[in-house]
Amino acid sequence: MPVVKSLEDLKRLKEEALAKRMARTTTGRAQITVAMGTCGIAAGARDTMKAILEVIEQENLTGVVVTQTGCIGLCEWEPIVQVVVGDEPKVTYGKVSPERARQIMREHVQGGRVVSEFLVPG
Amino acid sequence: MKYYRSHALVCVDPECLAKGAHEVLDALQDELVAQGLIEEVQVLETSRIGGCANGPELMVYPEGVHYAGLTVDDIPYLVEEHFLKGRIVKKFLAPIPKRVDEELGPPQAKEVRVVLRNCGKIDPENIEDYIAEDGYLALAKVLTEMTPEQVINEVINSGLRGRGGAGFPTGKKWQLVRQAPGNPKYVICNADEGDPGAFMNRRVLEGDPHSVLEGMIIAAYAIGASQGYIYCRAEYPLAVRTLNIAIQQARAFGFLGENILGSGFSFDIEVRMGAGAFVCGEETALMASIEGRRGEPRPRPPFPAVKGLWDKPTNINNVETYANIPQIILRGASWFASMGTERSKGTKTFAIAGDVKRTGLIEVPLGITLREVIYDVGGGIKDDKAFKAVQTGGPMGGCLPAEYLDMEVDYESLTAAGSIMGSGGMIVMDEDTCMVDIARFFMEFTQDESCGKCVPCRVGTRRILEILERICAGQGRHGDIEVLEMLCEQIKNTSLCGLGQGAPNPVASTLKYFRSEYEAHIYEKRCPAKVCRALITYEILPNVCTGCTVCARNCPVEAITGARRQTHVINPDICIRCGICMQVCNFNAVVVR
Repeated sequence: MPVVKSLEDLKRLKEEALAKRMARTTTGRAQITVAMGTCGIAAGARDTMKAILEVIEQENLTGVVVTQTGCIGLCEWEPIVQVVVGDEPKVTYGKVSPERARQIMREHVQGGRVVSEFLVPG
Repeated sequence: MKYYRSHALVCVDPECLAKGAHEVLDALQDELVAQGLIEEVQVLETSRIGGCANGPELMVYPEGVHYAGLTVDDIPYLVEEHFLKGRIVKKFLAPIPKRVDEELGPPQAKEVRVVLRNCGKIDPENIEDYIAEDGYLALAKVLTEMTPEQVINEVINSGLRGRGGAGFPTGKKWQLVRQAPGNPKYVICNADEGDPGAFMNRRVLEGDPHSVLEGMIIAAYAIGASQGYIYCRAEYPLAVRTLNIAIQQARAFGFLGENILGSGFSFDIEVRMGAGAFVCGEETALMASIEGRRGEPRPRPPFPAVKGLWDKPTNINNVETYANIPQIILRGASWFASMGTERSKGTKTFAIAGDVKRTGLIEVPLGITLREVIYDVGGGIKDDKAFKAVQTGGPMGGCLPAEYLDMEVDYESLTAAGSIMGSGGMIVMDEDTCMVDIARFFMEFTQDESCGKCVPCRVGTRRILEILERICAGQGRHGDIEVLEMLCEQIKNTSLCGLGQGAPNPVASTLKYFRSEYEAHIYEKRCPAKVCRALITYEILPNVCTGCTVCARNCPVEAITGARRQTHVINPDICIRCGICMQVCNFNAVVVR
């Protein structure tokens, strides 16, 4: 437990506490939706989810909201991850392994460049 | 930093706890561990998500999904569907779902949240949640930028007055304690909320305990105290638990203890539990109780500011008063003074109860009219009946009639009308209320709670109660009204403490505004509201009665006679006026005369 020694300490603590609570707001800078239907879970969506959460924690990302959805009808492309950054249109990625998820987080969520090679063709 | 993708907030209000909220919370935690989700989903406690009618309740973010009526057996399925697969479980959804958990639904248009701003919004057992809402920032500002005199001046300029009821200017009190000779000095928080139906302070203690602690620490800095006590009644076990957790966390973070925020100022707080005597809310009785003596008041002066706890200068404020302080420091005295009336600034919490559509806890700016409180915020009278009276300020408050509906709520106007601000109880009564019976009811309470130290309160309230009981029993006599008036005046003028001085208020105010009801009881042996049992009779309307025999079969004393398909008759000599016949009659054939 950090002992607060000064006003600066307190302000830093406040920022941290605020960031932690970001998870409670429905809007964020980036929204990541992992499809978690039976098909998704069977294809490894849990590992994909864990990888995404790990990146957020390691990189201390703020304003990122991770939610789940069910089967979206493209079972052969599972695990499917949808990413919305800011006002840009929704981007749907397919066959997202944990490794791919980390790349998407790095390039798309943090870098702002869509990783076109993983896109679900449509 | 730990990142959770989802927060699950379980309501732990007493109503939900009674329905098994803790069991649901534990089951949720266990199931999340079992399904390997505990690293992703954080389980938190909160208060007042919906209204606890369908407890236990659960709110899940970021989706903002509101579940209600959960049982332990529902949890495994819920966790698998919602937290693992991300599917909202429709069958557990609350009937009237909320997107954001908040106290008693969205505040009505005329409400302003200052004291209750964090209640239901933060996890009361998590200090970081409070810090995220600017918590302890006011304390940091006070310790780094302000002298004690500046703090006191800021509170004086804000116009904040004691929210415990008497309305003494808070800054002025702090100044008196600061200037009083003697060391050490003490800070006490009066959390002995005892008015029937009032729970404003409990909600703050259970929902936002740190705001009270922060207010107390700022007060301690301003007056130069190093030890504080919170006197909370044992009937509030959850409040005591939450407070103790908050105090531990504040110590761990360095907001309590030695050398707070590196400023050299040291202060600590202890919770003292009271055994629930109503009189212990009176400040001198409260201090006696903290000292380990019998909770009895003593004459003032000397006031606690000069000679308080262990005869040392002591500052006593109410829970709500302290909870206002951090906001005044952060947002400035002029912001606070911009709300309210000329002499009563800021907001006030009220617990509205009785015959009003939306009962519960509200916070409104002072200066609002009673009509706005009852009709706009409270939604009007239940079943659209007529308004008869409103009692403000708890059992020692007066009952105000409809003429006062447009009166502005502030300390002076309430006192002038024969009532009090009190700590914020507000009981609304409709046309079916007997004012003599109400006066008798409150007298019973104060008479019971009188500590017995001084004669006027001990004997006087007893005499008033006896007369009122006699009147309600149909044995009122000529001269009763005059004796009551004399007793009220004498008890008010000669009692030792606020309990005795306020005790006659319900009687005096009903005598003033509803005198005709007393006269009807005494001279005509009639209860106009048809409440007092001895003065009413039940009758069966012959042209409506179908002779179904339901009333006769349900009557506990066999006072009803009549053959099948024949009109039934009640024998008034046997009838005990329990009203069961009226409740069971399917044809509304039973009436009260």
